[in-house]
Amino acid sequence: MDPIIIIGTGLAGYGTAREFRKHDKATPLVFVTRDDGASYYKPDLSEAHAKDQQPDELIKKDAEAMAAELDATILTHRQVEAIDREKHELRLNGETLKYSKLVLAFGAEPIVLTLSGDATQAVHQVNNLADYRTFRANLGEAKHIAVLGAGLIGCEFANDLIEGGYQVSVADPAGWPLSQLLPEECGNAVRKELHRVGVEWHLGHAAIGVHESGSQLEVVLDNDDTIRTDVVLSAVGLRAVTGIADKAGLKIDRGVVVDRTLRTSDAHIYAVGDCAEVDGHWRPYVGPLMQCARTLGKTLAGSEGDTPGQVKYPTLPIIVKTHVCPVIVYPPVSHHGEWKIEGKTPDLEATFVDEDGRMLGFALTGEATNKRRDYLKDAPALME
Amino acid sequence: MKKWQCIVCGFEYDEAQGMPDEGIEPGTKWADIPDDWTCPDCGAPKDDFEMMEVD
Repeated sequence: MDPIIIIGTGLAGYGTAREFRKHDKATPLVFVTRDDGASYYKPDLSEAHAKDQQPDELIKKDAEAMAAELDATILTHRQVEAIDREKHELRLNGETLKYSKLVLAFGAEPIVLTLSGDATQAVHQVNNLADYRTFRANLGEAKHIAVLGAGLIGCEFANDLIEGGYQVSVADPAGWPLSQLLPEECGNAVRKELHRVGVEWHLGHAAIGVHESGSQLEVVLDNDDTIRTDVVLSAVGLRAVTGIADKAGLKIDRGVVVDRTLRTSDAHIYAVGDCAEVDGHWRPYVGPLMQCARTLGKTLAGSEGDTPGQVKYPTLPIIVKTHVCPVIVYPPVSHHGEWKIEGKTPDLEATFVDEDGRMLGFALTGEATNKRRDYLKDAPALME
Repeated sequence: MKKWQCIVCGFEYDEAQGMPDEGIEPGTKWADIPDDWTCPDCGAPKDDFEMMEVD
C-alpha cells in the first residue's frame, strides 16, 4: 500500500510517528523534511549557551537513527512544492510521491518585522536548530546583543545570554515582559530580576530599523532611541506555516484547520503541531502538540471502520526558563474573570478567577514556582 | 510505588513499571533515575516532572 507521508521532522512529526509505530509496525512510513531530519528538543535552544553546549550537542538522534527507530524512510533537504489532493501525491524537487494518508507537521515560522535600514539581513531568528547554529556561529567577538521581543523566547534568550557574559538589551512595544501570558505585576517581577543581572529594557517601544554603524549595528526604536549592538536577535512571535496547504485548497485560519481528530478539510490529510489550528485554537506549545501527536498516531494506525479519537488537553502549564525568575503559567481559556495576585515580588502567586471564584488559570513566579503541584491539581483541564 | 508526570507533555512514569526499553528496571524509584535523563516522549529534563496524586 502507499505509505503514510509526514511532512516535517520536528516534535510533532516524530511524536506522531512514535505513537503510530506502537500500534502499527507494518504500514510504510515516509518523512519529507527541508532540514537534516535531526531530532532535538527545541526548548533546549534557549538554555544551551549558559550550559556551554554547542548546537550539535542538542541533537538527540540524527535522521539515520530516527529512520532505524521508526522503520521509516526520511527524505531530508527536500522542499514540498505542491500537494495534489486528487491524485494523493506530493510534488517535490522533481520527484512525485504517492500517499495513502498525509500528515502536515511543518510547524510555525518566526514573524519577521518590517524594518528599515541597511542591516536588516543581519537580524537573526532562532526557531530551529539550523538558525540557532547560525546565531551561535555569528556571536564571535560580540559583546552586546539586542533582542527584539520580550515574549517567552526573547526573555529566555536574554537570561541565557546574560549568564553567558554578554551585555543584553531587550526591546518590545508591550509595557511588560511576557505580556501575552502574564498579568503586569508578574511580568514586572521577571523584568526586575533580569534587570538586576544587567538586562537593559526598552519596553513600550517597537524597533523600526537596523543600520550598520562602523563595526557595530544600531537598532532604532520608534521614539528615536537607539541601541548600539553587535548582534540582533529577533523573537517577536510565530505564525503557523500554511502556504502549501492553502495552495492545495485546504481550510486555513490561524493555522491549517483541523477538528479534534486532527483531520483537515480533506479526509486523507491531517495536521499536527505548530502548523495546526485545533478546534479553533492555535497553541504553539509542547503540551497540546504531544497530546495531538498521540491522538493522531493512534488514529493513523486504526482501521477504516474505527471511530477516530478526539484530542484532550489535560492541565499542562507553560514553563518559562528565565532562571533568575522562573515562571510557570497556565493561561486561562476564558477572559471572563480577573487576576488575583499574592506574595512578595518576585515570588508571586497569581490566580485567574471567574465571578464564582473558580480558578480558570494561574501564574507562579520565582520561588512560588515550587508550589506548582498544588496549582496543577486544582486547575481545570484545557479541553476535555 | 509512585507515578510521575512530565508537566511539559503529559508522559507518565510509573515506578512500578519502570521503562525497560530505556534500561530502567521496574520498581526504579524516581530519585534513582539519572539526573541527565530526559522525557522519552518530548525530551524535557527530569526537573520538569511532577509527582502525581494517587486517586
